[in-house]
Amino acid sequence: MSFEPTIGLEIHAQLATASKLFCSCPTTFACPPNANTCPVCMGLPGVLPVTNRQVVEFAIRLGLATHCSIRNVSQFARKNYFYPDLPKAYQISQYDRPICEHGWVDIEVEGKTKRVSITRIHIEEDAGKLVHEGEDPTASYVDLNRAGIPLLEIVSGPDMTTPEEAKAYMEKIHSLVTYLAVSHGDMEKGNLRADANVSIRPPGQKELGTRTETKNLNSFRFVRDAVTYEIERQADELREGRRIIQETRLWDAMTKTTFPMRSKEEAHDYRYFPDPDLPLVVADEAWVDRVRKEMPELPDEKKARYIAQFGLSAYDAGVLTQDRAVAEFYEAVLAAGADPKKAANRVTVDLAAKLNDTKHVMAEVKFTPAQLARLIALVDQGAISSKQSKEVFDAMYDSGEDPDLVVKSRGLSQMSNQAELEAIVAKIVADNPGQVEQFRAGKDKVFGFFVGQIMKATQGKANPALVNDLLKKKLG
Amino acid sequence: MNPCEQPLHVLHQMRTTGEISTEEIAKSVLARIQQAEPKLHAYLAMTDEKTVLENARKADKKRTSGEVVHPLEGMPITLKDIFCTQGMETTCGSKMLKGFVPPYDATVVEKLKHQGLNLTGKTNMDEFAMGSSTENSAYGPTKNPWDTSRVPGGSSGGTAAAVAAGMALAGLGTDTGGSIRQPASFTSLVGLKPTYGRVSRYGMIAFASSLDQGGVLTRDAEDAALLLGAIAGHDPRDSTSADRPVPDYTQALQGDLKGVRLGLVKQFQGAGLDKEVEDHFQANLNELQGLGAEVVEVSLPALEYALAVYYILAPSEASSNLGRFDGIRYGLRSKHAEDLSQVYQKSREEGFGPEVKRRIMLGTFALSAGYYDAYYNKALNVRRMLSADFNRAFQQVSMIVCPTSPVPPFKLGERLSDPLQMYLVDSYTLPVNLAGLPGMSIPGGFTKGGLPLGLQFIAPAFQEEKLLQAAHGFQQVTDYHLRRPVM
Ligand SMILES: [Zn+2]
Repeated sequence: MSFEPTIGLEIHAQLATASKLFCSCPTTFACPPNANTCPVCMGLPGVLPVTNRQVVEFAIRLGLATHCSIRNVSQFARKNYFYPDLPKAYQISQYDRPICEHGWVDIEVEGKTKRVSITRIHIEEDAGKLVHEGEDPTASYVDLNRAGIPLLEIVSGPDMTTPEEAKAYMEKIHSLVTYLAVSHGDMEKGNLRADANVSIRPPGQKELGTRTETKNLNSFRFVRDAVTYEIERQADELREGRRIIQETRLWDAMTKTTFPMRSKEEAHDYRYFPDPDLPLVVADEAWVDRVRKEMPELPDEKKARYIAQFGLSAYDAGVLTQDRAVAEFYEAVLAAGADPKKAANRVTVDLAAKLNDTKHVMAEVKFTPAQLARLIALVDQGAISSKQSKEVFDAMYDSGEDPDLVVKSRGLSQMSNQAELEAIVAKIVADNPGQVEQFRAGKDKVFGFFVGQIMKATQGKANPALVNDLLKKKLG
Repeated sequence: MNPCEQPLHVLHQMRTTGEISTEEIAKSVLARIQQAEPKLHAYLAMTDEKTVLENARKADKKRTSGEVVHPLEGMPITLKDIFCTQGMETTCGSKMLKGFVPPYDATVVEKLKHQGLNLTGKTNMDEFAMGSSTENSAYGPTKNPWDTSRVPGGSSGGTAAAVAAGMALAGLGTDTGGSIRQPASFTSLVGLKPTYGRVSRYGMIAFASSLDQGGVLTRDAEDAALLLGAIAGHDPRDSTSADRPVPDYTQALQGDLKGVRLGLVKQFQGAGLDKEVEDHFQANLNELQGLGAEVVEVSLPALEYALAVYYILAPSEASSNLGRFDGIRYGLRSKHAEDLSQVYQKSREEGFGPEVKRRIMLGTFALSAGYYDAYYNKALNVRRMLSADFNRAFQQVSMIVCPTSPVPPFKLGERLSDPLQMYLVDSYTLPVNLAGLPGMSIPGGFTKGGLPLGLQFIAPAFQEEKLLQAAHGFQQVTDYHLRRPVM
């Protein structure tokens, strides 16, 4: 018996603000434990939070990009529970009045577009973390550097039905938050973490099955694999006549399985109530309008424009627009005068392969868009062959050297001087009368022999198109 | 009169003309502490005498070199132990915070330091400001200087007793439901709780965030105006503090009450009021009318729910605010805990006293799923109704006048076993906190047995000047504020 899965994701995006949500501590990554703390984020007695307005602006930005309605007056609430990484014993979050609600995004899986609803987006602070290495191996240590770092929690509707859709949805959110510059989107640093809610039901059943929540999935692949595993696991349970237990689970990337979290930590009544230390968050129309006006072109719009304006394929346009940095680089190459299709090819094929091989990100690319445009021009002008251009590209990627310099220093320039080439062609033809005979007798393959000889004589620099022309003329 | 018993502004006047030095004032206060502290137990921590004298001499040096000396500079002042003081233990009257030394000053402490604060010490209080008698302190009760068998009120009872007894010239307290005004009433002082948001709460250990407000305990209206002016104002570190200018409160200390309409709250009359308190209040009204005030009746229909609303909202906020006292980062950690949940349970069990536990449980219950709407949300709605009632009343009258406490200072232990009896003591003060209004208790007379009684004025938001003007006027025709307990 097969089942129909229902999947919803809650994604926590760590925001790229310089300071924390309610104090002025920096958000710098990888600092010594508790270096980025102050009385406020340590929860000392008597201290008070003050809202970082940049965070509210970021929330509005993401809300607009996901077609949410922005609440003009939203509210912070306290979520109360005890844990050593939570210094105040409550997390400041938003509860019944979140800043963004009722939005959607479109995702694409196997060429088909699907709309996923966004239930809400709200602002909250991150907790610290427990460290288990220290003087005393049996002790836990508390590092509060992360405590108070701003997060946006993005809650999707239960609209996805396959692991691929869940993965595509998370990629979409990643693309949006980086486009909007609200998050660095660095997955390795846990900038984006998803909790996946999964349930299954027999086809035709109206009500949803009992769901599980798998927490803290910090890569696109983990989301896909964990959802895949959960669907299978739940199906096995039902097939064997057992019931699904509503619970929180964790993903083990080593064994590729999910396992239940200790259930003790779940029986929480968080006792939410409005935080009396913080005024209402007022995002008036003027503010929302200003943010709307300052919105960058978003990936979907960009993709459509690339297809219409440059005649790119949907695939290429998709690859170029998913990452804002890639799209910006591509557009800069065009601005330097390159042909859109040729530039797209360089970026989606050559550059993409290099980035993939070297595990680099766009920001680490050493050459400039103008240099890539120059490389394309060198091929167009016949100064180098398309084959030579690969070598130049590799050199540019490795060293950031200017293409003209690479061509010069490696002696790669193409021989396109007609008179010079004519002389070489004449000499090769004269030196090989036997082959000339064979060619004239109809053995077309011998043409290749002559090309090879000319290339050898010119150390491969001869312009192949010109060689073809001249040889054909000479051999008659 | 001994210098330590004089109002601060009088002493400042005297030192300006060279009649007395700040050092002599400080010596007088220190001598009084030596003499009275063992009987009263007003202090939890004391600045060493050398430092107090040094600070006083600094002000004198400044004066003799011709510099302008702020009236507060070098004057011995005390702080309720709820205000965080950098480098000085701050316990909030709780075992939970024994040994806690804050790495920062509360904003009001910072502000006073700018004026040359000469801190005598930190004064006793009901644990986490929960109480009306200072008997809930983990460090033993403070006694009333007017009768040491009686309580000084609470929760700012230590500050009140210290100032009344001459162990400090003035002090800061906090008021969540009457914790400045009721002790002022019990010790014959002026106690001013400003409008919510007038004084920064940063560094003031939170009990109920939407109700807490720092304020002053002084010997008369002039001193209250001086001290309030020094601590009021917007604080970027407290987003609930009001961003509006601070007037010169000393300018309000003039004129009489001619034509001023005072409201007598219909719902306050009768209910639980002690006969002698009622009689004195009538006499006070006559005195006010003698000053030209008109007395008219106003109605606050939602008032009958105020106590219930307060005892839902304040414990709810407290249950969350006190979560941070978990034995992990600072304060008491139980030595008997074997795992994490025991660290929480045992530390809180050992660290908190019974009244604090009672309120944490009340608040936890009121906020829990399924009860939130019936309790917390409903209480919020009634709170709004009460604010609207006050606003309506202030369209008819300039201020509201009533007794500060329905009863005179009671005996130590008298109400300790019955929380509800203790809660009722705040009936006349806590509605003011619910509405966020400024309220002030001034000396209003004495019972036949010589126990102090307070008279309370309540003004519209941010009109503290009205309170000071009324107090000043009242002082012109009465001498209650000039009497001192025999030490
Ligand atoms: Zn901080």
